[in-house]
Amino acid sequence: MAKVVVVTSGKGGVGKTTSSAALGAALAQRNEKTVVVDFDVGLRNLDLVMGAERRVVYDLVNVIQGDAKLTQAVIRDKRLDTLFLLPASQTRDKDSLTPEGVERVINELKQQFDWIICDSPAGIERGATLAMRHADVAVVVTNPEVSSVRDSDRIIGLLDAKTEKAERGERMEKHLLLTRYDALRAERGDMLKVDDVLEILSIPLLGIVPESMDVLKASNIGAPVTLADSRSAPALAYLDAARRLAGETVPMTIPGEKRGFLGKIFGRRAA
Amino acid sequence: MLTVNRVGIENEKLTKISNVLTDARSIRIKGRSFLALMLSPELPLAEWLARLDDLAGRSAGFFLERPIILDVADLDIDRHQLKALLDELAGRNVRVMGIEGGRPSLFEPGMPPAMRGGRPAPDIEVPAAEPATVETAKPADVRQDVQIARAPASMIVREPVRSGQSVIFPEGDVTVIGSVASGAEVIAGGSVHIYGTLRGRALAGSVGNTGARIFCRRLEAELLAIDGVYKTAEDLAPALRGQAVQLWLEGDSIMAERLN
Ligand SMILES: Nc1ncnc2c1ncn2[C@@H]1O[C@H](COP(=O)(O)OP(=O)(O)OP(=O)(O)O)[C@@H](O)[C@H]1O
Ligand SMILES: [Mg+2]
Repeated sequence: MAKVVVVTSGKGGVGKTTSSAALGAALAQRNEKTVVVDFDVGLRNLDLVMGAERRVVYDLVNVIQGDAKLTQAVIRDKRLDTLFLLPASQTRDKDSLTPEGVERVINELKQQFDWIICDSPAGIERGATLAMRHADVAVVVTNPEVSSVRDSDRIIGLLDAKTEKAERGERMEKHLLLTRYDALRAERGDMLKVDDVLEILSIPLLGIVPESMDVLKASNIGAPVTLADSRSAPALAYLDAARRLAGETVPMTIPGEKRGFLGKIFGRRAA
Repeated sequence: MLTVNRVGIENEKLTKISNVLTDARSIRIKGRSFLALMLSPELPLAEWLARLDDLAGRSAGFFLERPIILDVADLDIDRHQLKALLDELAGRNVRVMGIEGGRPSLFEPGMPPAMRGGRPAPDIEVPAAEPATVETAKPADVRQDVQIARAPASMIVREPVRSGQSVIFPEGDVTVIGSVASGAEVIAGGSVHIYGTLRGRALAGSVGNTGARIFCRRLEAELLAIDGVYKTAEDLAPALRGQAVQLWLEGDSIMAERLN
């Protein structure tokens, strides 16, 4: 059964696109056929982060408007043959997304893929509400600071009100992905602590991704961080988060908390 | 009642009975409550009826078009006497919709049905007697309690109220089992109860109710208001932050104290 996942946040620049690519690649590495869909029409980024920008011919808007078939628009990743990208259009705006068109595309993708990861644009407008509309699961990306947390809270309210699932009276499964977490700054009190964020948002935690130069490095070479360096701290966090998303129980680690010398060695060997 | 976005509502009385065998259409049965007047006759009935006539004489139509419940719990009469009483009342245009407190042997077919489970409501204003007759025919002798069959309106929200959401319930109290986020608001005609952290706004007594209160398990509110008097986060004593607190109105100021 295909699962539709929306990666959303309300606030911009918190790491939705980074997370969509990293989780998508991590799920594909589990041999599950995965497509990452860029809903950020007009400001597409996912193709760059996934290193597919020079292979884009058709995009989501072309498929919605009937100018291209889905098979023409979906791009297979060069490194992982279970990973695919459906790019957004850079030259259109979000009004070219129609509810009927999006529904048709999602239904068609569900026939072919195990995971459909929807990278939502920032905001609470049309693009964001259409990206979440058909989701089964939501990954709420939040940075440990007050404005990001409040925007996430707003998005959680919309997930519980404006999605197909909510309208059917069902409960949307929601997970918190805390990204750009800086242990030192959290300790100094410059950032919210994990517990504070969890208390405010009261949804289950999917993972904590540390602030790291490895993310920037990965996007510069056009690879999801889980593929660029699967041993890096953010990659490990995303790989664990993907396992939790797939239903596994994986113990949670807070980045920066000392695991001890032995822990580190065993952690490496197990990976 | 009005809610923005989805919230759980507890005060709907709606039962659905569907006949699985025949078709998918269902019969809807809704609960509805009305305010009924309760008459409690006393013996001797002739005198009680005279007092009733006196009341009716002073205010023609007091009983007209009002649902009337007859309370016979403390009345030692038999079925024939009850039937006679009902006829007397009918002759005065008092139509009884139900009888409370009667033994089964009192009833016979064609009588109003037996009623149970009414709840007391505030006394209804009885038309004032002429000054001259105040002492002689005090309507208080006729027990004019009004029985209300409705529970006090309240709304229970079982999930956190998220940023950007409003819960608005002018009819009565709102109880939230969870937190109220920064940028969210709860507006109640009655009191507001938050079993969680109140970070957003709480407005109690929104339609004019000086007795309304705000209770929360942890106070981090952006704005608090009771009956239109408000306090912002900056006006709050720092010692109350993060505490379990109740707030009420005294005159034109909001008072607050920690709950222990
Ligand atoms: N864990 C991290 N450590 C360091 N930098 C990060 C991390 N996660 C994301 N970034 C950086 O933050 C910036 C924004 O990330 P990204 O584009 O994924 O956010 P977004 O939520 O998709 O933004 P938008 O709302 O504009 O779509 C990028 O420059 C990215 O490299
Ligand atoms: Mg993005």
